Amino acid sequence: MSRILQDRDERRPETHPLTFRLNDDGTPVMLDDYREQQGYASVERAFRDLTSKTLIDELKTANLRGRGGGGFSAGLKWSLTMQGEGIPRGYIVCNADEMEPGTFKDRLLLEQQPHLLIEGMILAGFANNAYQGYIFMRGEYVDAARTVQRALDEARAAGWLGRDVAGSGWDFDIALHTGAGRYICGEETALINSLEGKRANPRAKPPFPGQSGAWGKPTVVNNVETLCNVPSVVLHGANWYQGLSQGKSSDGGTKLYGVSGKVKRPGLWELPMGTTGNELMERAGGMRDGHTLKTWLPGGGSTGFLLPEHLELALDFDTIGNAGSRLGTGLIAVVADDQSVVSLARNLEEFFSRESCGWCTPCRDGLPWSVKLLQALEAGEGERGDIDLLESLAVDLGPGRTFCAHAPGAAMPMASAIHYFRDEFERGVTRGQGKAHADPIPVGSV
Amino acid sequence: MTHASTSTSVPIATDGFVLHDEDRAAIANERDHYPHPQAASIEALKIVQKRHGWVPDAAIEAIARELGVPPASVEGVATFYSLIFRQPVGRHVILICDSSSCFLTDYEALRDAFFAHLGIGFGQTTPDGRFTLLPVCCLGACDRGPALMIGDDTYGPVTPEEIPSLLEAYA
Repeated sequence: MSRILQDRDERRPETHPLTFRLNDDGTPVMLDDYREQQGYASVERAFRDLTSKTLIDELKTANLRGRGGGGFSAGLKWSLTMQGEGIPRGYIVCNADEMEPGTFKDRLLLEQQPHLLIEGMILAGFANNAYQGYIFMRGEYVDAARTVQRALDEARAAGWLGRDVAGSGWDFDIALHTGAGRYICGEETALINSLEGKRANPRAKPPFPGQSGAWGKPTVVNNVETLCNVPSVVLHGANWYQGLSQGKSSDGGTKLYGVSGKVKRPGLWELPMGTTGNELMERAGGMRDGHTLKTWLPGGGSTGFLLPEHLELALDFDTIGNAGSRLGTGLIAVVADDQSVVSLARNLEEFFSRESCGWCTPCRDGLPWSVKLLQALEAGEGERGDIDLLESLAVDLGPGRTFCAHAPGAAMPMASAIHYFRDEFERGVTRGQGKAHADPIPVGSV
Repeated sequence: MTHASTSTSVPIATDGFVLHDEDRAAIANERDHYPHPQAASIEALKIVQKRHGWVPDAAIEAIARELGVPPASVEGVATFYSLIFRQPVGRHVILICDSSSCFLTDYEALRDAFFAHLGIGFGQTTPDGRFTLLPVCCLGACDRGPALMIGDDTYGPVTPEEIPSLLEAYA
């Protein structure tokens, strides 16, 4: 039920590879329609003209960066997958566990253009010598699951999946796996554990999934939007793909950008990578009447807050990274002037605290602690030293202290909220320093 | 009973629970999608839950037997995932998105209105067994916040005033 807010006239094959086929009424593009609009042409081209190596090289040159939020080069990831003589064929896993707060782009692709994802996964299977694909979809995407299952059945019946794919002599199939909740399943190694029917705790790396992933075999995990970009790279080439960003970014391609919060026209648009925040806000019609923009999150709950003046920046991985935040999923959430940053930070940390899998101590213990401090500050019952304590917690939750990026993701909005809006936090401090918060436990006393 | 010996050491009652034939077939079908039967654990729990509304203790062991994996592993999975219910729920489960974009579009007012209208809080079921209220991670419906699900249906944006008419369709 996500909707693209661009008319079909604007969405052209040469500029909008992700969405040009979408119907204006939001009904899914199924196999016949899809085939008539270049559907599966990239698979035909790959079988005819490409090898695993040349396909991966093309993807590297295109500089397609991971759209799940990490921004890692998809081509580079694929080049690190173990394959060759004596190495078992492994898996392609599509991460369709979209749960990043503020993110609603993969839902659109899953609900309305399932064959584009299947096509991308076939290419991934071909390039990475996989024999089986899994689409790991969150359990709440009920309509998407039905549509994707229908598309898988269509593709299998038409010979695009199964034995001897399209007469190539190569076997590859895809199964749909639906989840049962928990944000942590979106972390790629936790996702693999969940796929295996285990609790979704992340795994220590190395080995990386490309070396030893699902059931110990080489496994590639890519986001829905990332995989949906692959067919156009293969069909039209890396140079064409690079050109899609129109010089706005060194990253290639287009991006499904979105806006949520109190704007006039919340929604999704496919725009050149590197489109500025201002251009995006213009698409969204600006803030609702009576509201002005105070701050915004560039791409999900695990990205850092930025200020209104940062809207002039290109929304790409490097530019937003250099501004001290992360592009994340590229769907911005706006905060209005009458909304409390302390309350929002509390809401975000409650989310991360609840969704921690509990494996690593800083995350399991640090997040509930930060929630407690934020609740006190929000209620105007904070103690002197609480803000410093939150900042120190943010450091302890930061990169390198835990097995996965959940805790660093939780630390980023908290630290940036304090950085930009310290005065709001200070207004919540009404008490002197209490012993419970301040004194470290003396060594040897426990 | 072959499982009488385990009932003394494990707090799981095995008596009386039999997997429905259709569910056994559905679980077997899921198992075929994976190289190891354990991978079908989550789906098996969902299949049982679909029939019973929740997953009783006795079902854990039945699923474990069906898949040939230890009951502790199925129990571990059943208690980890938020959409597997380990106690009875109402006929309709309402999942209210409590994540940031819905928070920014007045989720808290909507939540409080649900509490007041149904007379229950999160994790509770109405006395008539009709509704259970739970919070849920970002539903990917942020352009329509505040959003929620009732059963398999997603709604948004929802205002407090719309709650009575929204619930009418769910008897």
